[in-house]
Amino acid sequence: MATRELQATVRERDGTAVVDLRGDIDRSADERLAQAYAEATDGGARSVVLNFEHTEYINSTGIALIVGLLAQARAQGVHMSACGLSDHYREIFEITRLSDFMTITDSEDGAVRAADGSSDA
Amino acid sequence: MTALTRSFMSKLSRRRRASADAAGAITAAPANVHALPEQAPVEIAPNDPLLAYFQGAGEVVDVEALELDSPALRELKAAGVKLAVPLVSQGELIGVLNLGPRLSEQDYSSVDRKLLDNLAGQAAPALRVGQLVREQQAEAATRQRFEQELEIASLIQHNFLPKELPDLDGWQIAAYYRPAREVGGDFYDVIPLPDGRIGLVVGDVTDKGVPAALVMSATRTILRATATRLVEPGEVLEQVNEHLCPDMPEKMFVTCLYGVLDPASGLLRFANAGHDVPYVKTAGGVVELRARGMPLGLLPGMAYEEKEMILATGDGVLLHSDGIVEAHAPDREMYGFPRLKETVGDGPCGQALIDLVLADVDAFTGPDAEQEDDITMLTLERVAAAQPAPAEADDALVLARFELPSEPGNEREAIARVEQAVAGLALSAARLERLKTAVAEATMNAIEHGNENVAERPVSLCVLHSPGRLRVQVTDQSQAGELPAAEVPDLEAKLAGLQRPRGWGLFLIESMVDETRVTSGAEGHMLELVLHLEGETDGDA
Repeated sequence: MATRELQATVRERDGTAVVDLRGDIDRSADERLAQAYAEATDGGARSVVLNFEHTEYINSTGIALIVGLLAQARAQGVHMSACGLSDHYREIFEITRLSDFMTITDSEDGAVRAADGSSDA
Repeated sequence: MTALTRSFMSKLSRRRRASADAAGAITAAPANVHALPEQAPVEIAPNDPLLAYFQGAGEVVDVEALELDSPALRELKAAGVKLAVPLVSQGELIGVLNLGPRLSEQDYSSVDRKLLDNLAGQAAPALRVGQLVREQQAEAATRQRFEQELEIASLIQHNFLPKELPDLDGWQIAAYYRPAREVGGDFYDVIPLPDGRIGLVVGDVTDKGVPAALVMSATRTILRATATRLVEPGEVLEQVNEHLCPDMPEKMFVTCLYGVLDPASGLLRFANAGHDVPYVKTAGGVVELRARGMPLGLLPGMAYEEKEMILATGDGVLLHSDGIVEAHAPDREMYGFPRLKETVGDGPCGQALIDLVLADVDAFTGPDAEQEDDITMLTLERVAAAQPAPAEADDALVLARFELPSEPGNEREAIARVEQAVAGLALSAARLERLKTAVAEATMNAIEHGNENVAERPVSLCVLHSPGRLRVQVTDQSQAGELPAAEVPDLEAKLAGLQRPRGWGLFLIESMVDETRVTSGAEGHMLELVLHLEGETDGDA
């Protein structure tokens, strides 16, 4: 199992910024995650969806990076959600209680709808 | 016919009490004599002059003709007694034969009187023999009942003492109980508590015999039930006191020392319900475990002070009962607390201390002394913990053993090799993922923290399989102290920027596997991840 450096791309969907994450969320992902978040919110999006569909590995450093992004989003009043997590990482999001502070959905559609609902509210 | 009464007999001799029936038996009316009413026995008070008169009469006494200021005599006359025949054996009045008027209504003749005198001379010694036999039988019965009671008390007592003492790593517990001939109500107990803690009890019920044994058994039962339910020793004694108070027999109570030991830390918390103060031998001298509290069963609503002390390796505790300090020498000097304290201070710990105290008490009381009260001792000694057996010493199958340079990202290599090694175990997908995360985090910790990313200091991994268990050992080469314990990260504080976002590693590891164990040795830290394999073939368990 070789490491796969993260590639993060941002696209806009119904006013929500969707960040596609390909590769590993570990120490090496720090800079790219930060850039992607900045790109997503600089466009004025009030909600960000992290799409983990193509992520196979998240370690504790990766969890810490996501906590950092979530802290930033909450400070800025940006709603954050996650989709496409495997059962295992979904469990880890629950154990770490990240799921208490961000919406977790199976599909990207669900995440975007949830983001809509939250920005309407 | 007047039977000799008990009050009369008690005047003659205390021991003669039991012979009243025998005396009565010979007062059956001769056929030619009017029977006197059975319901009118005549009491002869101990200070009645009639007694002295009968004793010295030496012949049949004509009751009607006798003039004496005696209430009993007046009663005898009123009851219609004509003649009284004192029965004297070896100068001692042992009974009186009272006769009413003759059936022929003639007076008693001198021949009659002669006959009665002869009869008295024959009957008195025979009666005395009968009385002695009865006395002996009664005494034997009393003695037998007493012995039976002793046996019952002793049975109850032994039934409620622990059959065996727990085997604790790093601790030695020994106990000794020697009842007095009349069992005294001492007890001790060692109670396994939740979380591996141990309850230690020594108590003493006032009184002796069966009543003391019964109260002891009740106290022990209530204490056991309460100890497993409540944590604080003071609370436990408080509850036991509440339960005991309503049903405690008058003038009885229970003294009791209750301590709770945490074997891991050596912390001993204790409370004392008026029991003899235990001694602890430490490197700095003998310490007394004092805590205030009233004996149990006296008054409801009592509170019990709690104290605590940390027992270090080499420290030894002696819990004891008053049978030791209240033992007497032949000159009535008491053994006393100072002498016991000194013995504890100068002596060994554990079983050797028990043997030493016993020998000293026995030497003090002398060889022929009967033990006055129960003697109970409970000792607790902290010894060096046994070293855990090295991993290679067990009979586990090594599935993989490898080393990795301490370079960031190498945890991915560790995951891949462990996954390969456990492929044959049919772990469910979910458990395999959890194991992989735990292995990754443990390896990362070893690389970054243990070996500080120095590639030349490799991380070693070992995958071991034994029945029901899969273990992955991750070892670094750190010379630093012990690994910190995992804490539950405070996500709120991290999100609010009050804590750095990191610090999830150990928490994740502990959440992912069934057990973790840390061993710190000269060569570094070993973190062992354990999965329990029961029911593993059920798939997604």
